[in-house]
Amino acid sequence: MKRKLDARGLSCPLPVLEARKALREMEAGQLEVLVDNGIAVQNLEKMAAQLGLDCESSALGEDQYAVLITVGPGSPGAQRGAPSTAPDTVVVLASDEMGAGDPELGRLLMKSFIYTLTELEVPPAKVLLYNSGVKLAVQGSDTLADLLKLAERGVEILACGTCLNYYQLTDQLGVGAVTNMYAILESQMAAGKIVRP
Amino acid sequence: MAELPQGQDPDFLVGFDQCDDAAVYRLSPHLALVHTLDFFPPMVDDPYLFGQIAAANALSDIWAMGGEPKTALNIVCFPEKMDLDILRRILQGGSTKVLEAGAVLAGGHTIVDVDVKYGLSVTGIVDPERMYTNRGCRVGDLLILTKPLGVGIICAANRVGEASEQAVQQAVKSMATLNKHAAEILRNYPVHACTDVTGFGFLGHLHEMLGGERHAVIFSSEVPAIPEALAYAQEFLITGAAQRNRNYLEQHVQFDSRVEFSMEEVLFDPQTSGGLLVSVPKEAAPELLAELHGRLDLPCAIVGEIVEREAKEIVVL
Repeated sequence: MKRKLDARGLSCPLPVLEARKALREMEAGQLEVLVDNGIAVQNLEKMAAQLGLDCESSALGEDQYAVLITVGPGSPGAQRGAPSTAPDTVVVLASDEMGAGDPELGRLLMKSFIYTLTELEVPPAKVLLYNSGVKLAVQGSDTLADLLKLAERGVEILACGTCLNYYQLTDQLGVGAVTNMYAILESQMAAGKIVRP
Repeated sequence: MAELPQGQDPDFLVGFDQCDDAAVYRLSPHLALVHTLDFFPPMVDDPYLFGQIAAANALSDIWAMGGEPKTALNIVCFPEKMDLDILRRILQGGSTKVLEAGAVLAGGHTIVDVDVKYGLSVTGIVDPERMYTNRGCRVGDLLILTKPLGVGIICAANRVGEASEQAVQQAVKSMATLNKHAAEILRNYPVHACTDVTGFGFLGHLHEMLGGERHAVIFSSEVPAIPEALAYAQEFLITGAAQRNRNYLEQHVQFDSRVEFSMEEVLFDPQTSGGLLVSVPKEAAPELLAELHGRLDLPCAIVGEIVEREAKEIVVL
C-alpha cells in the first residue's frame, strides 16, 4: 500500500505533522510526501530517523521533492510518536511503603505502584529514591525488575547516596545512579509535576 | 553584508563584520553610541503583547553590549484596510517596554504593506572601556543563560493550534521580559563576553561567541527550557528555521548520544527576545547566578564552560 500526501505550499511544522498523522494510521506500507522545499525534506528525514523508519528522498524538479517513508509491520516506529517520557514529571519514592498503615500492605501497594508505572504509555522522566525508598532499587528487591524496565524506557532513576550508605546498601544498587541532595532538590524544583505515592 | 563597504573611521568600534549585537561609535574616550534595529511580523495573536515582545527584542541588543538605551524610533508596516485599533495596541505595547527600559520613544515611521511588521530602532550609550562584545571569553569561564529556551517551538506549535495555553503564557512572559534587569546585575561582575540569544538559536549565538578561537562544553541537563517546548519537539512540532540553524552549525557541534532529539531541537531553536548568554570567570559565576535567581523571575542557569580544546567547537553533553 502506498499513500500519498501533498504537503506542497505548507511550511514547517505542518508537512511533518501531516506526515506523522498519516503514519499513525498506517500499519505497513509506504508514505510518499511531496514538499516544495529542502528544509521540509530534512525535517521529514529527521522525523523518520527518530521513529526508526526507512526514508528516501528525491528531487523531482525545481522546488519539488518526494520523501518516501517505509513502514514495516514490525517497524519500531510505526506506533511510536508520543514522547518516550513525560519531560517534567518526577516520581518521588521516599519510602519502600505506599501510604501509612500496615507495613506489609504498604509494601504490596508500592510493588503494585511501580509495576503500574511500567504500564504507563508515557512514564515519568525521573524516579527519585530516598530514605527507605532506596531499598526498592537494590539487588534482591522484588521491585528491581520493574525499575529496570523503566530505566530501559529512558526513565532516569536516581537513588540518594547518603541513604544507601546509611542502610549499608551502596554496593547493592541494582538500577540507576547515585545522587545527592542538590540533585534531589533541583529535580523537584524543576519538575512540572511531582508524584508521591 | 560582508560585501558592503564599511568605511574607515577609528571611532567606529563595532560593526557588522564582527557579528556583534549592535553597532558602536565612539564620541569621546568614555562615551560611545550604540545603534540597533530589529522588526518582524507578529508571532503572537494579541497586538499589545506583540508590541511588547518586539520592543523587548529590539532593546535587548543595547543591554547585550553593556549599554543603556536612550531613544527609540518605531518602524511599522501596516495594511491599509486593517483596523487601526490593532496598530494602536501594538504601539501601546511597544511604548510600555520603551518606558520600562528607561528610554524615550522619540518618533517613528509607518508605511503601507500587505502584512503587519513592527519593531524599533534603538540608540543607547556605553562606555567603550566597559562595553561587552561577543568575543572575549576565556578558557575556564562558565556560561550563564538568563532565559529559558524553546519560545520558537512554542510559537510554531501555537500557529498550528497545538500549543497549550500555559505554554504560550510562559513563552510570552519570557519574550516580553526585558534583559535590562539581567544586564544591571551583570554590571557588578567581570563579564568577559555577552550576547543575546535570538534568531540563530542558543548554539548559533554561542558559535559566534566562540569566534573560531574557543571551545565550549554545554551541560544540556542544566539548560533552562520551557518544558512544553521539549515535549512538542518530541512530537515533531519542529521548525524550518531550527533546521536552517542546524544545517549551518552541524559541522561545529557534537552531541553526546545521551542528548535527546528534543533537546537538540531546542538548542537550535531560534529565539525571539531570548536571554543573555554571558561568559564569566568560574569564581564569579555562582554568586552571579545566585543574584540572577534572586532578582529575575525566569529560569536561568550555568549551562556550560569554555574549555581548552574539544573534538568539535561545541560539545553538548
